Amino acid sequence: MTETTVRPASELDAHDVLALYEQMQLIRRTERAAHDLFMSGLVKGTTHLAAGQEAVAVGASAALRPDDYVFATYRGHHHAMARGATPEECLAELMSRATGLCRAKGGSMHLTKASSGMLGSYAIVGSHLPMAVGAAWSARLRGTEQVAVAFFGDGTTNIGAFHESLNLAAVWRLPVLFVCENNFYMEYTPIGAVTAVPHPAADRAGAHALPSEVIDGNDVLVVYDAVRRAAERARAGDGPTVIEAETYRHFGHSRADPATYRPADEVERWLDHDPLDIARDRLGALNVSDDAVEQADARARRVVDDAIEAAKNAPDADPAEAFTDVWADGGNAWRT
Amino acid sequence: MADVITYRDAVAEGIAREMRRDPSVVCLGEDIGAAEGVFKTTVGLLKEFGPDRVWDTPISEQAIVGAAMGAAMTGMRPVAEIMFSDFLACCYDYIANEIPKVRYMTGGQVTVPLVVRTANGGGLGFGAQHSQAVENWVFAVPGLKIAAPSTSDDVVGLMAAAIRSDDPVVFFEHKGLLATKGPPAAEGHVVELGRARTMRDGDDVTLVALASTVPVALDAAERLAGEGVSAEVIDLRCLVPLDVAAVLASLEKTSRLVVIEENPYQGGWGGTLVSVVADEGFDLLDAPIKRIAAACVPLPFADALEAQVIPGVDAVTERVLELAAY
Repeated sequence: MTETTVRPASELDAHDVLALYEQMQLIRRTERAAHDLFMSGLVKGTTHLAAGQEAVAVGASAALRPDDYVFATYRGHHHAMARGATPEECLAELMSRATGLCRAKGGSMHLTKASSGMLGSYAIVGSHLPMAVGAAWSARLRGTEQVAVAFFGDGTTNIGAFHESLNLAAVWRLPVLFVCENNFYMEYTPIGAVTAVPHPAADRAGAHALPSEVIDGNDVLVVYDAVRRAAERARAGDGPTVIEAETYRHFGHSRADPATYRPADEVERWLDHDPLDIARDRLGALNVSDDAVEQADARARRVVDDAIEAAKNAPDADPAEAFTDVWADGGNAWRT
Repeated sequence: MADVITYRDAVAEGIAREMRRDPSVVCLGEDIGAAEGVFKTTVGLLKEFGPDRVWDTPISEQAIVGAAMGAAMTGMRPVAEIMFSDFLACCYDYIANEIPKVRYMTGGQVTVPLVVRTANGGGLGFGAQHSQAVENWVFAVPGLKIAAPSTSDDVVGLMAAAIRSDDPVVFFEHKGLLATKGPPAAEGHVVELGRARTMRDGDDVTLVALASTVPVALDAAERLAGEGVSAEVIDLRCLVPLDVAAVLASLEKTSRLVVIEENPYQGGWGGTLVSVVADEGFDLLDAPIKRIAAACVPLPFADALEAQVIPGVDAVTERVLELAAY
């Protein structure tokens, strides 16, 4: 069954932390593959890559119960994978294959793994915050002690649904976590240029009488502990928490965006604060050998290389799929 | 049981019946609890089911419908109230982009069994932002079922079907019909979604109506009978599924079609209905199809002005007589 208590980061052993590192490496390599496949024309439409933001997804996921709910944005590959979607399922979805996570009906922006509580990636900014509030409300009504987590970007904090959600969740004291991945850019615009407060999520929490925390979103153990504490509070009936995890994306906003609007020294500073490097330092402090880390890297590389091959060789989406899954009976009839 | 029940009381009765049989049915909305609804359509629910199942919300339409969606995805059957259907615009993202699409775009991984109830339509002098018939706003989006009852027993029967549906349903309660009375629904009464009802038999012309236009059509049919024209009146009851088969079957008999809508002519639901008839039932017709819908202007406030915009019995009778003479 599910664990009822999650250990503090200080009690995680070398094996635990190495597993978190390997998962981040798996996401990093999958995102790189998604980028390369997009540039070579095998992924159509768009992608919003989360390379650089892996620690938020992996740290948070490790601090949650398997039956908790997660809602993400169109930049959500890392959240799907952190909740158990495989690189192969994800890449196959991006490549419009029948074996894709959503059978090629969602695409990059809608990765979903409902069987493990990852209830979707949503491409209308802020739309999923009320859903997470509703999932938390449902958990309360069913008495399950599950929590719901909404991950969102800094740009989301200026849309109405964000404020409606924080207020309703606060008034109803629901077990929901609002986790902002502040990567400092609302698409192509610095968040500070369009937001009146320095911490777009955390500084708004007080207006809804919610506790908040600004954390280093690139340190997987810092994220883990912050989410663990917030989830504990939520399960105890103490209501929602706003966590603002500062992080940085390594790629542009979407597609082939080179992100030249970001100052070079800023990019360099953040690349020197890479979540994988930080995790490697953590592993060093736990006396994990370089050899063990390299083996984890090799495993991740192999899984992603195999995933790329499998996705490339998978059959295209079945044309009949266009007409299934509109209704719960599987069909789409709108008239007699 | 009383001999008659108002449409208004039938709404609360329909919800209560489902809440009694299924503990996963919960209600949320503005002023629905202690205040029992601004239209008194949730009278008695808080008292009978308590605050764990009837939740008052802030004025936050996105949070109301979005939370209903999240709850529906995780095992509940929420019934969300949007006070006036005009306010669907405040949460249209959920109506247009989220609720109807999440099942499809996840490859069938999730199901959204929820009902959004809302008071629709004009005739009460509420002005341009509280009087619209907006079923066409919802009809424009594949992935939603739409019910719009015209009678008290259909309110109960369609509410049962809507709440039991594993698909999302937008349920339009017409403000102008709330005070009307009809026979109460039998115990266990369920009206399958997507089945039209013939309200009056006739041979010369088919009048297709929905919600408030059903009594208009019935009154017109009565007058037409005095003029020697026998009109059949069909209440669609739902827009999705749309019971085109019932309309085509009626046209086999009458060969003349008039569609009566309260939403604006521009973009109204009748446009879709008549396009199917033109496509598949052209051979059945002996005369052009007529659509009678609201004028394409915002709803005015004054009664005398509103009556110019929303089709009434006089206008319908006149148009049908013209068509009968064709």
